[in-house]
Amino acid sequence: MIATHWPYGIAAWLFMMGLYGIVTSRNYVHLIMCIAVLQSSTYVLLITIGYRSGATSPIFAKISPDTPAVDPIVQALMLTDVVVEAVVMALLLSLAMQIHQRTGTLDPDKIRFLKW
Amino acid sequence: MSRRLRSLLFVPLAAAFLVLFLSATVGIPAVGNYRGPYGDVLNAVAVKERHSTDVVTAVNFDYRGFDTLGEESILFISVIGATVLLRQRPDEIKEKDKEEDDGRHVPKISDAVRLLCLALAAPAVLFGIYVVTHGQLTPGGGFQGGVILATVPLLVYLAGDLRTFQKTTPRILPEIAECIGVGGYILIGVAGLIWGGSFLQNVVPLGPEDAKVYSGGTIPLISVATGLAVTGGFVLLLIAFLEETLQLRLKGKRGSK
Repeated sequence: MIATHWPYGIAAWLFMMGLYGIVTSRNYVHLIMCIAVLQSSTYVLLITIGYRSGATSPIFAKISPDTPAVDPIVQALMLTDVVVEAVVMALLLSLAMQIHQRTGTLDPDKIRFLKW
Repeated sequence: MSRRLRSLLFVPLAAAFLVLFLSATVGIPAVGNYRGPYGDVLNAVAVKERHSTDVVTAVNFDYRGFDTLGEESILFISVIGATVLLRQRPDEIKEKDKEEDDGRHVPKISDAVRLLCLALAAPAVLFGIYVVTHGQLTPGGGFQGGVILATVPLLVYLAGDLRTFQKTTPRILPEIAECIGVGGYILIGVAGLIWGGSFLQNVVPLGPEDAKVYSGGTIPLISVATGLAVTGGFVLLLIAFLEETLQLRLKGKRGSK
């Protein structure tokens, strides 16, 4: 089980670490980085699902199309996600900047209108 | 919700997640035994059907082109959101001026950093264009190349050449690139609708099968559109984040001269 499925464990571990960071965060910038960590777990998961041992990458520029290759779909999925994630991070960071400008703090617990 | 309560809630939920995740993992085949049919089908047909040797790009910009359009709109909307959030009010600049007076001054940029950044700028342009235009043949495409191209203004900024940065990256340029990128993508899709019968249908001649820069039909076109949108988006973010600092530094320079 561990010998054959460990990359899934890495995905779960990254997800849990990111989530733990979000739950216990005392600073929005830290929280946003935790979201990035959490999201990177999906990359590991996707790439792992499409992996085939001994196979090559799905690029047939120099090789015959019959060569066994890994799944191109999951790779395409995560490729777009990496770029989009970077931009979403920028959006979140600019939100954090706005919050700091308005309230003078980045601690989620010190901001009254976010409490419930 | 208090911090304590949140942490207390986290523990049982995390345990529940781990149990569910583990039980789900047991059911799937071991790593390296990919079985799903779709990847294999695409690997087998993409080169012949689309004359594109990089199947990942073919999936991105053709087979799942509509999905990528959605991703690009996320990028577009995020960039708009960030620029709107970061826009300056006139009173902010004055506040920041005071901060600078309190001994927070900008350190000088070393010559080594300067030389390296300026030397890297031109190769980065070439490399970025190469990656964008060869996406259908070798690893690359609009997303990757766009990010590489967007590093060029950052390199110019890091080199401390603020006036060149302002001159080479007026706000309007990335805005135009962003609009052409997203609009072009949609137009290519509509062209497919008109001449092919469905949105994003590959209606442009596929070109030679032995993979040239112009093979792949709409794939290289969409790749270029995406490249423009990604470059524009990242540069707009860069300008939005740097605008404040830039204005201050330029003002400081003028004052000392």
